[in-house]
Amino acid sequence: MTAMLHKNDAVFRLSLFQEFPTLMHYRGFGGYEALAKAVESNPTSIIETLAAAGLRGRGGAAFPTGLKMQMVRNNAERERYIICNADEGEPGTFKDRFIMTHIPFQLLEGMTLAAYAVGAAKGYIYIRHEYPEAQQTMHRSIAAAKAAGLLGDNILGQGFSFDVEIFSGAGSYLCGEETALLSSMEGKKGRPRLKPPYPTQNGLWGKPTLINNVETLANIPMIIGRGAEWYRTLGTLDSPGTKLISLSGDVEQRGLYEVPFGTTFNQIIEEYGGGMKNGRRVKAVNIGGASGVVVPPWELDCALEYHSCGERDITIGSGAVFVMDESRSILANVHNRVEFFLHESCGKCTPCREGLRQAGRIIHNLLSGKAVMADVDNLERYTRAMQNAAFCGLGQAAGNSLISSLRYFRSEYEAACFDYGNQYQREGITA
Amino acid sequence: MQISVREIINGMEGKQALLQILLAVQDASPENYVSEDAVNDIAYMLNVSRSRVYSTASFYSVISLKPRGRHIVQVCINAPCENAGKQEILAVLEDQLGVKLGETTADRQFTLEGVSCLGACYVSPAIKIDDRLYGDLTPELVVSILREYQEEATALDCNAS
Ligand SMILES: Cc1cc2nc3c(=O)[nH]c(=O)nc-3n(C[C@H](O)[C@H](O)[C@H](O)COP(=O)(O)O)c2cc1C
Ligand code: SF4
Ligand code: FES
Repeated sequence: MTAMLHKNDAVFRLSLFQEFPTLMHYRGFGGYEALAKAVESNPTSIIETLAAAGLRGRGGAAFPTGLKMQMVRNNAERERYIICNADEGEPGTFKDRFIMTHIPFQLLEGMTLAAYAVGAAKGYIYIRHEYPEAQQTMHRSIAAAKAAGLLGDNILGQGFSFDVEIFSGAGSYLCGEETALLSSMEGKKGRPRLKPPYPTQNGLWGKPTLINNVETLANIPMIIGRGAEWYRTLGTLDSPGTKLISLSGDVEQRGLYEVPFGTTFNQIIEEYGGGMKNGRRVKAVNIGGASGVVVPPWELDCALEYHSCGERDITIGSGAVFVMDESRSILANVHNRVEFFLHESCGKCTPCREGLRQAGRIIHNLLSGKAVMADVDNLERYTRAMQNAAFCGLGQAAGNSLISSLRYFRSEYEAACFDYGNQYQREGITA
Repeated sequence: MQISVREIINGMEGKQALLQILLAVQDASPENYVSEDAVNDIAYMLNVSRSRVYSTASFYSVISLKPRGRHIVQVCINAPCENAGKQEILAVLEDQLGVKLGETTADRQFTLEGVSCLGACYVSPAIKIDDRLYGDLTPELVVSILREYQEEATALDCNAS
């Protein structure tokens, strides 16, 4: 169904696997060797190896995974949980779906290793409702792993027990936020909670809980199997390893690519995506999904790397890269995002609820030719207020595409104002 | 005859979380929704208040408290699909089904809905009908896909009468 290039697929080896692979197939490529090795040694050595490898969370916040595990492990409470966040709500992202449908056992092995490391006996995979095929594959794979003694009671005869259950989401983007996800699992509305306390202390049913993204967990078997040093041969010093990039938009070959950190966005578009479609030029690229930024072509020499991107305010986020050619309207695309967030906001706090409403109104006016120049300034003000004062990550990130597009494409906003010409005349600039 | 809420809850493995029960009850309903009676039954079985069940149910966009069609047709509304021609696809669906977004056809066969990114942006524009994903759509393709479902519906009607 898709065009996929398989360069550099060192960690996920998606080229080796078809959709719905068998356990035998996975074991044929060395699957579960890492677990067999690990359950014979000390759980803390897993944490040490992941820390040495420099693995960071792939769900958006890039938190060091080893450190998070250590926090759960250090908790005096022995009833601990692990949750795999498979809510993948960020528009433009499809990596977690591919992991679940193509390498489900790598995810399960990663979860089992993580559970062994933190001392959890029970795990959940929170899979969004929009992914029924991923839910089915994971159900089947759990049953197969159990039957083979790789999951459930007394795993590999080493006395360690770990069970996994699937929990289905129900169409809420906000439930991908870890505390909203917990509320959702506890049968409540999926609204975020105040942090701290963090889930590592006070998670599911108030117990210490490790919450990690699908991609983060699926990295673990290869790191444990081949070692931190091997992992660090991939990527850069600042960002070791690889990142799954969901490439969409106006490129020749849309698809999922495993890209080593350090690759530039230009390379992602040219070498992985096969360049632009119809010989058009890049106008803008949206990086990190709806909650990410919109950047112009001259920023695409930036390397996919946490530090380099951070310096240019680029959000790697989920790794969604959505390319827009010169025929696209920035305003229409930003409008689409604001509408999305308006729908997904839970309305609990005023900055997010009102900020999005105002932003929606102004962009609507801009698109229908009813806005004035002052509205553009107001839009920026409202957006900054929302980013600074919103209760959770949804409201804090909802303004990223607005602020970045105002920074790079302000002329497009201004040209849509009906007093645009007047302004120029007032300032004495005439054509 | 529809299976009862009691049977659904008893048949579920693991912790009987409210959201999972709501989804299972909705899936078992031929009209793809959670009825008032079902809400009452769930509240009774879990020993929680009805308002608690309603409050959870109404938060999630997947849970419907109103009857829907036999098939749920969902159109992805996010930017990658929007840029790839979602507007055109939606227009064909509305035209073919004779309903607007959010409505159910008079014969109660189809409900047309918007949905967030289906994780199929590499083949956008994409839609989902029940559990099946369709990508790389053109208006002609949408018509022929819909026809399959429509013919199946007619066949069922003939058998029933
Ligand atoms: C609005 C919102 C939505 C989120 N959605 C997801 C998601 O779909 N999947 C995910 O893994 N993390 C999501 N996150 C991030 C999680 O809160 C959390 O940081 C992550 O699951 C931790 O895993 P990691 O350390 O492996 O990245 C979201 C955060 C916010 C604020
Ligand atoms: S920022 Fe938005 S989504 Fe988050 S709590 Fe406030 S209203 Fe809800
Ligand atoms: S945006 Fe439509 S499938 Fe992702």
